[in-house]
Amino acid sequence: MSESTGQDVNVRTTAAQRATGTNTDTLLQTDGLVKQFGGFTATDAVDFSVEAGEIRCLIGPNGAGKSTLMKLVTGQHAATAGSIYFNGFDVTDDAPNERIDRGLSMKFQVPSVFEDLTVRENLRLPNQRLADGDERRRRVDEALAAADLADVEDTRAGDLSHGRQQQLEIGMAASLDPDLLLLDEPVAGLSVDERAAIADRIRTLNEERDVAFVVIEHDTEFVAEIADRVTVLHQGDIFREGPIEEIEDDPEVQRIYLGTDGDAEGDAR
Amino acid sequence: MGTDAFPTGVLGRFEGPNTVGSGTRFWAALAVTVVALLAYPSVVGPFAAGQLTRYLVSAFLALSLAFVWGYAGILSFGQNAFYGLSGYAFAVVVGNLASPLGTTVGVGVAILFGALSALVLGYFMFYGGVRDVYVTITTLVVTIVLNTYGKTASQVFVGSVNLGGDTGVGIGEITLGAGPATYTLVQPATYYVIVAVLLATYLGLRALVNSDFGRVMVAIREDEDRAEMLGYDVKFRKLVVFTIGGGIAGLGGVTYMAWGYSITPEVVFSAAAAAYPVVWVSVGGRKTLSGPIVAAVAIEWLRTTASVQFPEFAKIGVGVLMIASILLLPDGVVPGLRGASRYFDRHGLADGSRLAIDRARRAVGRRVGGPIAVDESSEVVQE
Repeated sequence: MSESTGQDVNVRTTAAQRATGTNTDTLLQTDGLVKQFGGFTATDAVDFSVEAGEIRCLIGPNGAGKSTLMKLVTGQHAATAGSIYFNGFDVTDDAPNERIDRGLSMKFQVPSVFEDLTVRENLRLPNQRLADGDERRRRVDEALAAADLADVEDTRAGDLSHGRQQQLEIGMAASLDPDLLLLDEPVAGLSVDERAAIADRIRTLNEERDVAFVVIEHDTEFVAEIADRVTVLHQGDIFREGPIEEIEDDPEVQRIYLGTDGDAEGDAR
Repeated sequence: MGTDAFPTGVLGRFEGPNTVGSGTRFWAALAVTVVALLAYPSVVGPFAAGQLTRYLVSAFLALSLAFVWGYAGILSFGQNAFYGLSGYAFAVVVGNLASPLGTTVGVGVAILFGALSALVLGYFMFYGGVRDVYVTITTLVVTIVLNTYGKTASQVFVGSVNLGGDTGVGIGEITLGAGPATYTLVQPATYYVIVAVLLATYLGLRALVNSDFGRVMVAIREDEDRAEMLGYDVKFRKLVVFTIGGGIAGLGGVTYMAWGYSITPEVVFSAAAAAYPVVWVSVGGRKTLSGPIVAAVAIEWLRTTASVQFPEFAKIGVGVLMIASILLLPDGVVPGLRGASRYFDRHGLADGSRLAIDRARRAVGRRVGGPIAVDESSEVVQE
């Protein structure tokens, strides 16, 4: 999927080529991205960019626009204004499945596995798009092993624990060989061991397969463990951006997180 | 042992995770059923075979709904619309062309017409962002509109064929073929042909739901957004499924004409008629293909028999059956039987029965005890 860059040069992709094409390390670039729900502005002219191969964490108080930004990137929400460039393409008007074909993948906030299918069947679904026969079987086996789910491959996915469903869904999302994987709260409600396993999985995918990540997460310890850079969203726009140490010590960030400025009610999770 | 290890031979195509009934026991039972169906006319005579033909025709409708609803999650009240439209289309083509070749062409045209109607309706629904319960409402409304229109269309001619309003439209005998090679389809041959076509449709759909395509259907049923985020074009897939479902309902419409030679709006487009497939599929088990067939045949047989003896209760009986099935066996009778068979395999017959009786006793006790307790104490009300 990543080979798609560099082709298809036409008028429509020129801006996209400049922003996220082969001549730059930028993988994802949003340009003045606005999303309004009725009179409420969820994201307000956000210019957000992600480099190829980095792990970026997206933090911010509830209602800051994190999930909205993510859903704009995947196409589940249509942008009110602005553009989204990804992998050399202007994907602003593309359907979600078309963006997936450009090298994007996502894990939802609530574990979304196909409950009535077995674990193996769940992993076959992304893999059957990319391979057939023995190659497909190999890929599914590999995905099962990587998500540590080989012992429950014939179990109904709906019967798995919350933690294993998270692992399964990340496994499904990673099976698409994405260039960028978006994770919405991958460790919410998980035990210490399960968190460690997810952190490990993210690093492995990043190092071995060069997958870039955008991770929405509230847990600062987890963020510190995985993130290269952190972006703080506040009231629908980027508030700060930088390494976690800087962000953690920033009094302004502490202020918005503690909710002293009125509209943010602190960290719910 | 994963599903990749399923037999890859001819039989393997019909088996997979999306099916109830596999292995030697199932195929033996299916073979026995087919033999029994084939022997039926010689045993009971042509009249009873004709009756059963009518019930088998219902099975096409049941299959079409099980396919779109049970496997792709599209609860449609419109399968009857496609069924009826195909029946009408067949009558119109046969009436206009009035030749064996015309009739043969009519079969194909009618099935395509059912599929095309589903394609058009499906396009506007799925690409128009209509989802979930709104699909159900839209399809029901379309069916009822057809009923209203059909009843008033007493002087509407398509070519030389009058759609006939309330009284509908009829055809003469069905003679298939071309030139000198023709064949007139009469009972019991009609019966045998319908059994064969039903079997082929069942096996075809079984292969389809167990293919890669079927896996995506189930994924869409389980979680549309997740399926889309795996890169599947969900709208297009739903449209394809809905169109195939319309084609199968259309096939049912043609077999209906082959059985009865006439069609009226009330029989195919009325709200009651549109509800029956939902009942068959719910009762039989919507996530199966065999369940809806069995339920359609059984319920139609019961309903027809009951409507001779107690005409006023027949429809109510069908409704009661549906409610009972949803309360007691929410996944349907066939999955319920499968569950029961697994249960007794696990616990043994004696222990299993004891456990089940205990559990039933407790459940009944709770239900009976509950309302009484409400009257006596306020604590229970707080619950």
